[in-house]
Amino acid sequence: MVDAFRMHILQTKDLGTCPVRQIGGCSFLYMRISNVYIVIVVSSNANAACALRFVVEAVALFKSYFGGAFDEDAIRNNFVLIYELLDEIMDFGYPQNLSPEILKLYITQEGVRSPFSSKPQDSRPPANATLQVTGAVGWRREGLVYKKNEVFLDIVESVNLLMSSKGTVLRCDATGKILMKCFLSGMPDLKLGLNDKIGLEKEAQIKARPARSGKTIELDDVTFHQCVNLTRFNSEKTVSFVPPDGEFELMKYRITEGISLPFRVFPSIKELGRTRMEVNVKVKSVFGAKMFALGVVVKVPVPKQTAKASFQVTNGKAKYNATLDCLVWKVRKFPGQTEATMSAEVELISTIVEKKSWTRPPIQMEFQVPMFTASGLRVRFLKVWEKSGYNTVEWVRYITRAGSYEIRC
Amino acid sequence: MSGHDSKYFSTTKKGEIPELKEELNSQYKDKKKDAVKKVIAAMTVGKDVSMLFTDVVNCMQTENLELKKLVYLYLINYAKSQPDLAILAVNTFVKDSQDPNPLIRALAVRTMGCIRVDKITEYLCDPLQRCLKDDDPYVRKTAAICVAKLYDINAELVEDRGFLETLKDLISDSNPMVVANAVAALAEIQESSAKVIFEITSHTLFKLLAALNECTEWGQVFILDALSSYKAKDARDAENIVERVTPRLQHANCAVVLSAVKVILQQMELISSADVIRNLCKKMAPPLVTLISAEPEIQYVALRNINLIVQRRPNILAHEIKVFFCKYNDPIYVKMEKLEIMIKLASDRNIDQVLLEFKEYATEVDVDFVRKAVRAIGRCAIKLDRAAEKCIGVLLDLIKIKVNYVVQEAIIVIKDIFRRYPNTYESIIATLCENLDTLDEPEAKASMIWIIGEYAERIDNADELLESFLETFPEEPAQVQLQLLTAAVKLFLKKPTERPQEMIQVVLNNATQETDNPDLRDRAYIYWRLLSTDPEAAKDVVLAEKPTISDDSNNLDPSLLDELLANIATLASVYHKPPESFVSRVKAAVQRPDEDEEYLEGQDSGQNESSAPVQDVASTSGPANAPHAPSAAPVQAAPAPSAPMPDLLGDLIGLDGALVPVSEPTAAAPSGPPLPVIFPASAGQGLQLSGCLIRRDGQIFYSLAFENNTAGPLDGFQIQFNKNTFGLAAAGPLQVPSLLPGTSASTLLPMVLFQNLSAGPPSSVLQVAVKNNQQPVWYFTDKVPLQALFLEEGKMERGTFLETWKALPDSHEVSKDLPTALISNVDATIEKLSASNIFYVARRMLKDTSQDVLYLSGKVPYVSGKSISFLVELTALVGSPGVKCAVKTPNPEMATLFFDAIDALLR
Repeated sequence: MVDAFRMHILQTKDLGTCPVRQIGGCSFLYMRISNVYIVIVVSSNANAACALRFVVEAVALFKSYFGGAFDEDAIRNNFVLIYELLDEIMDFGYPQNLSPEILKLYITQEGVRSPFSSKPQDSRPPANATLQVTGAVGWRREGLVYKKNEVFLDIVESVNLLMSSKGTVLRCDATGKILMKCFLSGMPDLKLGLNDKIGLEKEAQIKARPARSGKTIELDDVTFHQCVNLTRFNSEKTVSFVPPDGEFELMKYRITEGISLPFRVFPSIKELGRTRMEVNVKVKSVFGAKMFALGVVVKVPVPKQTAKASFQVTNGKAKYNATLDCLVWKVRKFPGQTEATMSAEVELISTIVEKKSWTRPPIQMEFQVPMFTASGLRVRFLKVWEKSGYNTVEWVRYITRAGSYEIRC
Repeated sequence: MSGHDSKYFSTTKKGEIPELKEELNSQYKDKKKDAVKKVIAAMTVGKDVSMLFTDVVNCMQTENLELKKLVYLYLINYAKSQPDLAILAVNTFVKDSQDPNPLIRALAVRTMGCIRVDKITEYLCDPLQRCLKDDDPYVRKTAAICVAKLYDINAELVEDRGFLETLKDLISDSNPMVVANAVAALAEIQESSAKVIFEITSHTLFKLLAALNECTEWGQVFILDALSSYKAKDARDAENIVERVTPRLQHANCAVVLSAVKVILQQMELISSADVIRNLCKKMAPPLVTLISAEPEIQYVALRNINLIVQRRPNILAHEIKVFFCKYNDPIYVKMEKLEIMIKLASDRNIDQVLLEFKEYATEVDVDFVRKAVRAIGRCAIKLDRAAEKCIGVLLDLIKIKVNYVVQEAIIVIKDIFRRYPNTYESIIATLCENLDTLDEPEAKASMIWIIGEYAERIDNADELLESFLETFPEEPAQVQLQLLTAAVKLFLKKPTERPQEMIQVVLNNATQETDNPDLRDRAYIYWRLLSTDPEAAKDVVLAEKPTISDDSNNLDPSLLDELLANIATLASVYHKPPESFVSRVKAAVQRPDEDEEYLEGQDSGQNESSAPVQDVASTSGPANAPHAPSAAPVQAAPAPSAPMPDLLGDLIGLDGALVPVSEPTAAAPSGPPLPVIFPASAGQGLQLSGCLIRRDGQIFYSLAFENNTAGPLDGFQIQFNKNTFGLAAAGPLQVPSLLPGTSASTLLPMVLFQNLSAGPPSSVLQVAVKNNQQPVWYFTDKVPLQALFLEEGKMERGTFLETWKALPDSHEVSKDLPTALISNVDATIEKLSASNIFYVARRMLKDTSQDVLYLSGKVPYVSGKSISFLVELTALVGSPGVKCAVKTPNPEMATLFFDAIDALLR
């Protein structure tokens, strides 16, 4: 069956292959991660969303075990571990517990240490692995102790933009996630407050006083890590949870209204005859003057038959990349409220064949802006409550990245 | 934390097996473990290590959990091939299932359930019973799934031992994960059983809703999937469920979200309050939109589902059309689905924006996507009458770009727009006519001709335009010919002048006399008769008002849509097909000769088959383990199916038909007759090849076995065929793994016909060249057995047979005595021949010689889609050797080959 699939992939390699397909009597669902195909084979009407999601989470789990890498070598080097993990995370086609946190309790890399085989079973404290796996708080181990109790919050947003050549915004949204790193003792209860509208309104109602002034934002949709009590979020609009230990993704959100775009791009591309093109791109940063963007890259597509290009830039460096068919302009540090331009002259090889109308792919942009959120989201508070009543230190960082930031030209 | 297991893969010396054997029996624990790892590594890459069974099982008694797991893994893989030895493991299993460590107890039960050997199954019952009531929830949750495994192996046993009741009790378990797994197991059992086993009552409903809040994300999926089949009593009940399920929409796991959507949509059918419904729709929109930012594969599943949801409740996403705009870097399959949804969501309010998008897509690179974008514009025009004019405008803009396929696609959709809005946009015909020369696709041509015919009175030079098409009339595809015929008639009726009259003569002549397409000929005769008897009546018929077409973008049948909505998130909702069309489950309580999904095994045990039910479906799905069987499945439904039918043969055999499995090297002894040696080891410096051409499910395969008797490994096998009578060539690359010394591998190479035809008289010689990375190229010849080429549709009715027989001149009859052929039983022979696609027509008895005469028919493909039929007469005395074979065929030069085939089949 494996070979059947391999054959199929080889035959349909160049087509836009669809990730769910029926071959013979079986359905194959697959994902390609770097050079590895992960394939799920079913003969019944299985839950496709569940299967693909399982693949995503299993890969995340493998990565966390292998130290980040997931490729052919990692698989070869860990095949025993993979068998062991698969046995644990999937039983008869039903996904079981996939949290790395818990699995690492009893599936250890060396495997030699089998923590429970020697000790008598009955006198074990409730913190044992099997109860952990099946427990209501299946993601946190009990009895953790840290000298210094710290929480790190990272708000990472990516802005997606699709702008027409005339400068009208066709689509614009930001997807954000709140990454959390917890080093907290015991079983703490956490409560997170954001400056979003629903949360604030609710608070105002409860306290019977008007909401604090300041910018409030409206989140289109939020999804939470399984540790967040969804029923409570629905009824009380508070994000409360017992966090897993270490790093995890607390929530994801999406927002479409009131997004401040960090960059504006003004392209002008002129085709001068059949062998010359003139490209002018002006980029304006519109975030606060005290902030700056890092790793700004602007990719301007040019036709395949480009021979060479000469550039003039006000900031950074630009060059022609033949494999991407793009003019790539890089600016390492881009301060707020400034503008930069690149102008290039592109020479094309004249082709004998009638020039096919060139389909202009959009200009793409990459960047990171620290301490800036396109949505304006801010963390208002993070309360930690634990029965021992220790003090915690909270750290918050913001960063905005380019998602698919496309400007048609 | 990276391992170094790759070293276990790298031993390829000869004597590997004895070495491993020795290491497995070592007294040093580390060495033992390393040896087991090597065994597993060998197993993973497909080497057969089943001969080490006893040695590996001996390692089972160990304190070391990792080692134990590896041994268990080995057992799962090879227990089927060594059922008698597998019994040895039972004791350890039973002992482990009482181990103080819950991890080991669970492991034992989990593994035992995966060993599909009847004898072991019996021993599984007692430990399972204990584990279902274990103190530790981890063991209970594993045992719950194990019941489903056991049911799959032996349903009766599960019912007799009362496991179903125990499983139902687990729904009330205090631990949510146990509840979730019990629900999953019960749902699985229900799916394969015809009886009602698992039904949610209001009591269990409460339990499930309570567990929903606390169990893992996957558990939530199981419970939600089970809930979706619950029929709420009334609107209040439904509202209650929805209220409990709605918070799940906020979950980060897309499977939870989709399953929650499924439950909500199901219950919404019962809710009558418009307010509640509006509110729910509002709540479902954002999570659905969020799914579009997941991984592309998940996006695809989500989009296919959204497509369904939008058909039932368009208002959910009515304002969200922007999120379906395609990103430049979206994979093509995502783009296509987004486009489909955009059409469904297009409305008068957003059409301007949508059209701008479509126009943009129409200038992209991917041809299929561009075509679909152009079609999308047309569908919007047909759907939204107020937007039609704008759409036409965009289409005209696109035609001006003059990209060939864009123009053709645009013309096709404009034809539809004309049909939807007659007499509105004819002004653009002139522009269309400018592009006549660029049309080279049948559908576009046919559309353009239709337009010319339909509006002949407004196009001054309609006759000239049509004439230009007529020149190539005989070569055009049927679709275009039909349109040309109709258009010519229309033109004649509208402008009965001289030129159209000439034209109509030419067309009718062409269409009645020089074609063998019955549709075309019949249509031409009807027109002819109409025109010659009553031209006025002809006008009424041909120029009648046509019913206006409507938008087909909401195209699923409501009842199918209902069914699919109940299956949201599953494969059915991805394929947009009801589950029974692609899943075949034998609903009786018997074993399925099925595969282990988790451990992708190529082989199957013969045991399962013998106890499989004697049904057509099951018996055709049986021989999955017989890749060497020379002919198609023995039992075939009366009119032989011409193509493999995935719904009937929805098992491994279906897969075999479509693709090429490689059986594990030397793992399973081929159950068919051994393949003839076609290239002996003496000629190939130790490489021996055996093989023959076979036919399976309407496809030709070259069944080949490679045997490496050289001193070193051989790899990189390739194959090529010389030109031959049938133009046989490989349809894909040769899939042979690298061969170690002393091993062999078999493969089925799919073949295609008419790839490299040789001229000259027909001959059965097939010249083959095989090469590998180590040796020179080997050439040898094989014979093409005609029996591998007979077509499934070769059956002839009696009447047809007689007519054809008479129609063929006697010079086309050839006969031959086959002295060694034997018919020992007429019925058996008929069955055998029909399995090779030579079909029984009639039979008679010669009184004087008491010989039996059989009449049979068969067909062999011939170049360009035609086929050669063979009408056969077999005369023989039943039970004694010697058959006289007479054959009548339009190509008597093929008869020799045919005799060889019959001779081979009747031995």
